[in-house]
Amino acid sequence: MKIYDLVELAGRNLREASLRNSLTTLGISVGVASLVAMLSLGIGLQRLFNRQLGRSGLFDSIVVSSRLDTRAGGRQPGQPVNGPSTPPKNLDDTARHIFEQIDDVQEVYSLFGAVGEFRLEDAKPEDVHFTVLGGLPPSAHGSEVFDDFQGHFFSAPDAPEAIIMADFARVLLELPEVRPEQKLSQEDADRLLDKYLVFRYPERSDETPVAMQGSGSSQNDDAQGSDPAGFNVVRKEQRLKIVGIVPTEPYRGLRSMGRTSVFLPIAYAESLNMIQPGDLRNIMRPGQGKSYNALLVRVGKSKNVAQVEEEIKKQGFSTFSIVDASRGLTKAFMFLDLFLGIFGSLALAVAFLGIVNTLVMAILERRREIGIMKALGASDGDVKRIFFVEAGSMGLLGGGLGVALGWLIGRVINLGTNVYLQRQEMRPENFWYVPMWLVVSSLVFSVAVSVIAGWYPAKRAAKLDPVQALRHE
Amino acid sequence: MDTLSQNDNEAIRTVSLVRHYRLGRSVIPAVDGVSMAARRGEFIALLGASGSGKSTLLNLIAGLDRPDAGAIVIDGQNLASLTPDELAGYRRHTVGMVFQSFNLVPSMTLYENVELPMRFAEVRRRVRKQRAREALERVGLSDRIKHRPSEMSGGEQQRAALARALVNEPKILLADEPTGNLDSKTGKEIMDLIRNLNRTLEMTVVMVTHERSLAERYAHRMIFLGDGKLLGETQGKMGAAR
Repeated sequence: MKIYDLVELAGRNLREASLRNSLTTLGISVGVASLVAMLSLGIGLQRLFNRQLGRSGLFDSIVVSSRLDTRAGGRQPGQPVNGPSTPPKNLDDTARHIFEQIDDVQEVYSLFGAVGEFRLEDAKPEDVHFTVLGGLPPSAHGSEVFDDFQGHFFSAPDAPEAIIMADFARVLLELPEVRPEQKLSQEDADRLLDKYLVFRYPERSDETPVAMQGSGSSQNDDAQGSDPAGFNVVRKEQRLKIVGIVPTEPYRGLRSMGRTSVFLPIAYAESLNMIQPGDLRNIMRPGQGKSYNALLVRVGKSKNVAQVEEEIKKQGFSTFSIVDASRGLTKAFMFLDLFLGIFGSLALAVAFLGIVNTLVMAILERRREIGIMKALGASDGDVKRIFFVEAGSMGLLGGGLGVALGWLIGRVINLGTNVYLQRQEMRPENFWYVPMWLVVSSLVFSVAVSVIAGWYPAKRAAKLDPVQALRHE
Repeated sequence: MDTLSQNDNEAIRTVSLVRHYRLGRSVIPAVDGVSMAARRGEFIALLGASGSGKSTLLNLIAGLDRPDAGAIVIDGQNLASLTPDELAGYRRHTVGMVFQSFNLVPSMTLYENVELPMRFAEVRRRVRKQRAREALERVGLSDRIKHRPSEMSGGEQQRAALARALVNEPKILLADEPTGNLDSKTGKEIMDLIRNLNRTLEMTVVMVTHERSLAERYAHRMIFLGDGKLLGETQGKMGAAR
């Protein structure tokens, strides 16, 4: 029988028992909808996590520190070697330049951390606050932290500007302490934005090595004679314009220092030549020159992180990344999707039985009709195919409806959750996503399940004895 | 002549045809060693009491049932040795059937019912339309094509069934008590139609009936069956006139 005849006959049969077939189709659509809703939730959550983690910079970043700073790395040449054989190196500009040349490295910047004294310009001289400051590269602008902050990002990489944490802003404004990461009211923010902070810090001055002379005891003097530290410390002062206030600390977790309260543009911060904790090592081991506390190496694709990390280790540095955690997370999401998929399929399994039931009923009802068709020359295959097309049509229609319904359910859940999030003063998120492959595979799956469900009824109908079917009742 | 071979003039030949039915432990011989033949264009009436095996014999000739033993030779091929698909092809192209209870599909219009066998025979749509109209004209129902069977009288339904049996242009028309559900006047109209088809289209007709008078008036030959066996045969009026 020609395909259009098959479709026409099947369509006619479906219309004949329209209520029953509609209910069966609805059953399939509920099954598909639950599958689509579950999987789109799983996929959406995974995308949200990946997006957030990607933007947090945690999964494409490697923190590099010098092994000279660690206990094992500080051993002398000639001592027994258990770790990597490359001798420890100073984390200086040469090292930074080498890292920048490695494939897929996007940027290398200093994980700048220092302490300083801050005061609002118009505040009383005694209202000073001693706190930790850090540097931010221009790429930090993409971090999710800046999706929802007050003010704007640095106008230039070397601008004398500051972005401050909301809780530090409260300290400056002498507001009561609230829970961490709570946004400042716009009114309070306006009291600080575009105002100036007076910033005092110790500068490392390499030109005039006179201030840090030995204490006078000849025991502490070494070969460097009058210059044991190799640099001088000078108190300096700058004016910084407050341009932004963030509730959440950018790149938290990658910094070794305590909670940072003030952020400066990284190029500007580096140009200030502030004393950093690493400089203490220079005091103890003079003659090594200026070095970084730690460098942050940002890699283009997170899959390349391990390779870049290996390269850096070969150069004789310590590294830290959390790319392995990301791999574990992907695996966890695969299990979540599988679980959600199985859960969603349960409704489809019920729909499967619904199709079998409907078609078996149809055989009983259309027994005589099947007999007539066979008497008129329909082959077993023709009869079977009519039933398959009927089952497949219900599957296709139910699948289409189900995808639409699943999409709608997902949207409603997303909307409801976002209303809740907004009430909690949190940013709305899209944690639900229906990719095209899910739409197509749901339709294919729905049709396939329906045709499989139609297999037994179709076989039974095809084997119907026409003489029995046409016997007078 | 070989029992399984036919001469050019022969449309149907059955050879020692056996069909048994099991009913619990007992075996009922519905058709028990029937050998008969029908010439091309012949009108044969199968007569017998209820349970004599005449309908079973007709179903075997129609390819709706398979014999337990023996052969049914039509167009040189033994139906007993055909595959299910080949048998379906035989039903599509070689035989047309009408039944006592008309067996039209109630949910289809008259046109759709007549069109149905052509769907299985994969006849092109345009040709279908033409053939269906011709067949309906032949049985005098060309003005009722959009009606459903429930909207038609018994006589009209049987005429529609006849039109349906004709559309694939079969060589053999098999009729199982075609007037059984009709009053005598309508029954006569149907029989006249069948005779007309038999004459004008030279179709071989095998009709099962228990009305001897009807058989005598229309058939060339009457074959009598009893307990599945061939009891004898005699010429009808038409046969005598031939």
